[in-house]
Amino acid sequence: MPLRPAIEGDRTHQGIFVLLGLTVLLVMACLISLGVGPTGVGLGDLWSYVTGSSDSLTTQERVILEAVRLPRTALGLLVGAGLAVSGAMMQGLFRNPLADPGIVGVTAGAGLAAVAAIVLGNGILAPLAFLLGSQFLPLMAFFGGLFNTWALYVIATRDGRTSTTALILCGIAIGALAMALMGLLIFMADDRQLRDITFWNLGSLGGATYQRVFSILPFIGAVLIIIPFVARGLDALILGDAAAFHMGIPVQRLKKIVVIAVAAACGSTVAVAGSIGFVGIIVPHLLRQVMGPSHRFLLPGSALGGGALLLIADSVARTVAAPAELPIGVITALFGAPVFLFLLLGRNSISMRDLP
Amino acid sequence: MITAENITVARGGKNLITSVDIELRPGCFTVVIGPNGAGKSTLMKVLSGEMRPDNGCVTYHGKDLHNCRPEDLARCRAVLPQATQLAFPFTALEIARMGAVAHGALDPTEQAKKALTRVGLHGFERRPYPSLSGGEQQRVQFARALAQVPAAVTNGVPNALFLDEPTASLDLGHQISVLETARDFAAAGGIVLAILHDLNLAAEFADHLVVLHGGRVIKAGVCADTITDDVIAKVYGIGGAVGRLPAAHMPYVLPQSRHR
Repeated sequence: MPLRPAIEGDRTHQGIFVLLGLTVLLVMACLISLGVGPTGVGLGDLWSYVTGSSDSLTTQERVILEAVRLPRTALGLLVGAGLAVSGAMMQGLFRNPLADPGIVGVTAGAGLAAVAAIVLGNGILAPLAFLLGSQFLPLMAFFGGLFNTWALYVIATRDGRTSTTALILCGIAIGALAMALMGLLIFMADDRQLRDITFWNLGSLGGATYQRVFSILPFIGAVLIIIPFVARGLDALILGDAAAFHMGIPVQRLKKIVVIAVAAACGSTVAVAGSIGFVGIIVPHLLRQVMGPSHRFLLPGSALGGGALLLIADSVARTVAAPAELPIGVITALFGAPVFLFLLLGRNSISMRDLP
Repeated sequence: MITAENITVARGGKNLITSVDIELRPGCFTVVIGPNGAGKSTLMKVLSGEMRPDNGCVTYHGKDLHNCRPEDLARCRAVLPQATQLAFPFTALEIARMGAVAHGALDPTEQAKKALTRVGLHGFERRPYPSLSGGEQQRVQFARALAQVPAAVTNGVPNALFLDEPTASLDLGHQISVLETARDFAAAGGIVLAILHDLNLAAEFADHLVVLHGGRVIKAGVCADTITDDVIAKVYGIGGAVGRLPAAHMPYVLPQSRHR
């Protein structure tokens, strides 16, 4: 994109600079994530590994970098990007900066489907589990997320408008229902399944393997690829369904694509990392402050920023209580909940008033 | 030419508009008037393609509206909606640019800036939309519509401008200037349809006036034939309010002079 003197009110330059800055931040976050951990394999060892002078590394150090750190970093990157982009898309779809897959119960739906996959995978869902193999869990979570996003949209939207109050209250109700059903499944679960289920509630990048990375790569990859195709439509949608149609946007098709994308990003991340809250609300919110609300920069920025934020949070989670690990969901909630509260009460943004 | 034939829209078991025929001709400023609930906005939604009628059909230059893709429609007609609120702080320029992008402008930012200047908002480009007054917001939306159809005619095909109560939150000066811009668009060969509540503005600007009442067209024609004591009494329930400016033969409505 050629740079030219900025026209007043045009935030294209700001957007480009912030994207560049976020790319640098993401690279740094990757290095930190690869070079930090309880085993003492540090940035120096990473450097010797990358430059090929790996004779100085022991086999153990190589294994830690290749089999532990690298898949974990890759997973963190994908999960963070997926969570932040799904948050930003959902906020555009609902025309509401408070819409977050975690808060409005989409994550709960995906989690319910994932728990169902764990508990019933050997029972009535066994044929499905056999058929889908390693994609069973992510696909189940995707359809769980899809169902809840769709239900939320149908219930909370009247005449194409989704009010904050309706959105959050419906989200709570749908989330509570999902939780109740999850409780029912947990009641039926055996000990091994219970251990697996506990993992969802905490949310963690621990246990990252290349298999998990490759199982969510197609979901997150697909969502990232559609960004350029939905960005303009989501911008137009901010003016309302009618105005978006007048500007040539096929509104219903756009909404379907976005709902599926949100469910894909959110469901697949829940499948591999459990429920990690608030990334989808902090990242887009902070980015809007510096680059404006236009989705052509907000969505790629969210992908970069979400990846960086999750990798940093994960590095913190791994080191503050080493050799034990804090659940990463705790860290994101510690930062995210105040941002959410600030948004909810903020003078210059949305209060509990109903806005289209 | 945009033609609607025998349009009927029913919602919730009630007809919003019934068997309405209307023809929007190039070079003609068409104004729809009528009391609240007469079906004016519904008619505009049908004509802009936003709402599908239960009966009847709309054609754009002979082509059925529902066979047109949204992106093609967007290049030949723009709509100014009634008051729009935003949950996200786009700048005035960014809003107007959305129209320019829908038009397919090569340099949408520059087009948006021009459109803002046309509605007298030069210097407002970087103002966040939510911080603007109601009237200023309305003019930003008008700029967006103008950026979407910057020329009245493209390749010999007239473009259309639909304005839903364009003067609602504007002061007198800006009411006139918005309608003058629309009249210029029509004079240059474009199609203009506006919903107005102010009968005097309607009488001054309309080349063709359509009076809608209870979902039906009561009267259509030039203003001297449509804004008459009979029609105004029947539609609005006030008699004796219509006067005439002798020189121009232009009717004016003075509610203070009504029969009590």
